[in-house]
Amino acid sequence: MKVKVEVFFKEGVLDPQGKTVKNALQHLGYDEVDDVRVGKVFTLSLKTSDREAARKRVAQMCEKLLSNPVVETYSIDTVEETR
Amino acid sequence: MKCGVVTFPGSNCDQDCYHVLKSVMGQSTDMIFHKDTFFDDDFDLIVLPGGFSYGDYLRPGAIARFSPVMKSVKKAAKIGKLVLGICNGFQILVEANLLPGALLKNIDLKFHCHDVYIKVMNNDSPFTALYEKGEVVKMNIAHADGNYYADNETLDELEQNSQIVFCYCDERGEINENSNPNGSVKNIAGICNVEGNILGLMPHPERCSEEILGSADGKRIFESIITYFERRYACDSRN
Repeated sequence: MKVKVEVFFKEGVLDPQGKTVKNALQHLGYDEVDDVRVGKVFTLSLKTSDREAARKRVAQMCEKLLSNPVVETYSIDTVEETR
Repeated sequence: MKCGVVTFPGSNCDQDCYHVLKSVMGQSTDMIFHKDTFFDDDFDLIVLPGGFSYGDYLRPGAIARFSPVMKSVKKAAKIGKLVLGICNGFQILVEANLLPGALLKNIDLKFHCHDVYIKVMNNDSPFTALYEKGEVVKMNIAHADGNYYADNETLDELEQNSQIVFCYCDERGEINENSNPNGSVKNIAGICNVEGNILGLMPHPERCSEEILGSADGKRIFESIITYFERRYACDSRN
């Protein structure tokens, strides 16, 4: 099973990369860009087909390592079932 | 006093710390490999040095915090041994939850390598007792992720418990935006835990412990530590 994890800064934590990208887009004339947040994406290939169990384990991975709960939030998506 | 300097894969200031503790300060010092563990009583001071442990992959310090040696560091800290995290060592300490908050990318996204002035906010600590409170000292910084962040609640706690040990300032001691090299909240350059025996700071005291290197302002951190243990052992032997 393939699982996608996205990690972003929490609201309220300044994201200097997002701010820089936003400025660059505005300089290119994309005036409608109001805000940009830069995050990280992880694709995990898991040796399991149990969605619920996988989700629980991946949440643990996020809490322990993939995100820093002090400043970041994460979301988990199952993208592909393999057999 | 017995000192230990930890080497993680990617540490690059471990030899500098070893040199200062052993040759400049004349202390018995061992290198500790990150895969090793040690007994609670083996070291009085454990230094987590600067560098790029595990290539700073994921987040600086995020992987190093799971090194076997960190279990021993936590246990030693619990019984009152001193732990000093410098730069990447500070990043490892916050990732390991031994210190509160987080260290984010510098606000200008640049690597900063230059001297800074920092103000001693708390000299009631084993690490800073030989500084004057409010004293302005010069040390070197070299980091891309030194932007200290903590939420307001944590900041209040840090202030109430006098855990803010060093703040970036200008030559005259003014703490303002212009003297803040990386965007840290409240210009924070170094903090300690509530108990006061774990200190993390972004500046490198080991790089300014000899006059020939331009400043010996950092040496007093090591001198303070030595004085602290001399007194502690003198008390122990009297009891």
